[in-house]
Amino acid sequence: MSILHTVNKSPFEKNSLDSCLSLAKEGSAVLLIEDGIFAALKGAAKEAQMKEASQKMKLYVLGPDLKARGMAEDRVIEGIEIVDYAGFVDLAASHDKVNAWV
Amino acid sequence: MKFAIQVNEGPYQHQAADSAYQFTKAALEKGHEIFRVFFYHDGVNNATKLTTPPQDDRNIVNRWSELAAQHELDLVVCVAAAQRRGIVDEGEAKRNGKDAENIAPGFRISGLGQLVEAGIQADRLVVFGD
Repeated sequence: MSILHTVNKSPFEKNSLDSCLSLAKEGSAVLLIEDGIFAALKGAAKEAQMKEASQKMKLYVLGPDLKARGMAEDRVIEGIEIVDYAGFVDLAASHDKVNAWV
Repeated sequence: MKFAIQVNEGPYQHQAADSAYQFTKAALEKGHEIFRVFFYHDGVNNATKLTTPPQDDRNIVNRWSELAAQHELDLVVCVAAAQRRGIVDEGEAKRNGKDAENIAPGFRISGLGQLVEAGIQADRLVVFGD
């Protein structure tokens, strides 16, 4: 069973990303949306943790939410794929369940 | 594929209301079916037609109503959450002795059973909240 996890909180505000990464099974996918996009930025304190996580699961970030926060796409850590809303829909469809870490 | 959407936050307060709308729109554009959008907790505030945002701002309530009209969406508001927050249709107004109703076009008030049914009938339930 593959699960798409969505995280919508900044990792510098809440620990929902940590909970998600520690409980998500290998092979699942994590999509960072809304303030969750701050975990995807190069040079931030979460970079090493995200790189490590990307070895075990697929990591995605929602492009429109990056843009809404003034973050250019080249600031995203390598290994994290940028998707738009259509890509979000595709991810939801291609996994068996969608779990929101709200 | 059949999607069900749950919205737990009100408009202009949290991005969840916008994210849910953008996701729903993108799913419809891709040819998927939206089985139901269920508005729960503060999400019921997406359903008041009395909202009047500035003209240069998005109208979140009208946007839902228009999408519902275009695609025959089933927009369901949780009755208990709605009663607490003053979201009222004609039937609820009569039942509770209110002199007005404010439910926006395309929305209907019903119970939590509608969320359970959506979870069972849809292939995916996608939740947007705080």
